[in-house]
Amino acid sequence: MSALLSLRNIWVEYGEKIVLENVSLDIEEGSFVSIIGPSGAGKSSLLRVILGQETPTRGSILLDDVPLPGECGPDRGVVFQRYSVFPHLSALGNVMFGLECKQAPFSSRLFGSQKRAAREKAEEMLAHVGLDHSMHLYPAEMSGGMQQRLAIAQALIKRPRILLLDEPFGALDPGIRTDMHALITQLWNEYRLTVIMVTHDIKEAFSLGTRVLTLDKRRHDPHAPHRYGATAVYDLELTRKETPKAADAEPEVSAGSITIDNNHNN
Amino acid sequence: MRWVNRRPRRGNRMLLGAIPIILLIVLYLAVAGARHAVNPADKILPLPGAMIEAMASLVTEPDQLSGEYLFWADTLASLTRLGIGLAISTLSALLVGLVLGILPPVRATFGPLVTGIAVIPPIALLPILFIAFGLGETAKVALIVVGIAPFMMRDIAAHIGALPREQIIKAQTLGASSWQVMIRVALPQAMPRLIQAVRLSLGPAWVFLISAEAIAADIGLGYRIFLVRRYLSMDIILPYVAWIALLAVVMDLALTWASNRLFPWAHGADH
Repeated sequence: MSALLSLRNIWVEYGEKIVLENVSLDIEEGSFVSIIGPSGAGKSSLLRVILGQETPTRGSILLDDVPLPGECGPDRGVVFQRYSVFPHLSALGNVMFGLECKQAPFSSRLFGSQKRAAREKAEEMLAHVGLDHSMHLYPAEMSGGMQQRLAIAQALIKRPRILLLDEPFGALDPGIRTDMHALITQLWNEYRLTVIMVTHDIKEAFSLGTRVLTLDKRRHDPHAPHRYGATAVYDLELTRKETPKAADAEPEVSAGSITIDNNHNN
Repeated sequence: MRWVNRRPRRGNRMLLGAIPIILLIVLYLAVAGARHAVNPADKILPLPGAMIEAMASLVTEPDQLSGEYLFWADTLASLTRLGIGLAISTLSALLVGLVLGILPPVRATFGPLVTGIAVIPPIALLPILFIAFGLGETAKVALIVVGIAPFMMRDIAAHIGALPREQIIKAQTLGASSWQVMIRVALPQAMPRLIQAVRLSLGPAWVFLISAEAIAADIGLGYRIFLVRRYLSMDIILPYVAWIALLAVVMDLALTWASNRLFPWAHGADH
């Protein structure tokens, strides 16, 4: 298998309630997967399972053909809609956090040349996301868009295998959102990232993604709506131009790429 | 303009704040003056002159028996007890609150115990403390600690427990271990709350200090107040109470200032 991440027959159940039902997916390295679907269709549950925040009731997840442990780890970075950055650290401190955790397991603080090196790396990362003039600001002094830029920089400094985005631009103004689309596209190209993004915005899903997954319930029991879970009902491969100038550029849906039941999700 | 939108300017605010205090003093003077007009030897509401006279001997003259300046010796003794009690409470609240708040197994094990101790009225434990520690300093400090530490522990634990789950997850995706989450994410964010908890605990701490001193002590602000009560010496009691209020206000302001200075991110000061 060449897939970076494989989900095999994932079920997520909360007691009686079935949220995800038999989801099987293969995600290629370097792809940008958008996940859309109605509210309550388990988009965020799926993301949490991949993140390791939740363990699936059944099924297994393989990263590079190795089963993932039931915890979060530095191989999967994440940006949430809110609360992704630490309010008590400056922008620079937020980005250096990941480096300090690795290099100083006990004190988790760096000194001397190590500190300078980490600082330079963090400054470079911040410059990349356009925060080179806001390095010493605390998150409370930043706008929502700047905070999300910071959250992305903070996650990318660890060079994660997969970057998970949980409605990252949902709380932003439309104008700022367009800027962020350009930024994430640029970073995705530069760092050859593999991105999985949950979003409510269908246009965003299609303009950014190379692949769009739609989660929904296949079957519906009106007397017990909780007894059937959602699964990937549509799996669209998009051919996307290598370097889109604007994130809003309309991607082409290649004919015949609507693949239903690719992975025996039924 | 609606009253909810009226914001007094800084100078006006000070003035407005001073008005009720001045009114209260004027009211006291008027009533005390009226009583003294009827009975010049009235002890219940002494006039300022009598207070100054009574206090002057305590503040500036050494006591004939012990050779100490009683007012300053009382203040020092009380503040030492209060300081030790607050220090022990604060440290233990930080340690216990931190592990209770961030480590679910520890919370499951010790949470009920802390809650149980917190609901016991501390004064009910005072006899036990006197029996266990004797009538010395230890029992008085212990009463303050027993009185305020459980509340502070629960407060810190609840605050850390309420940190957004996203932050804890994010820290882990950045490679943080349990220990690193504790000292880099939870501890710094607990600090401003800890100062708040100390401020809120100052009132109860004074109550427990004065209670302990009233029951068994030979020096201290509370001891002096309860001693001179026997002679109806309002001219000493009232200045002592005012002095305690002043000390408490200064501590409160110092804590607020320290919190603003040390943790500007928690106060949105620069926003």
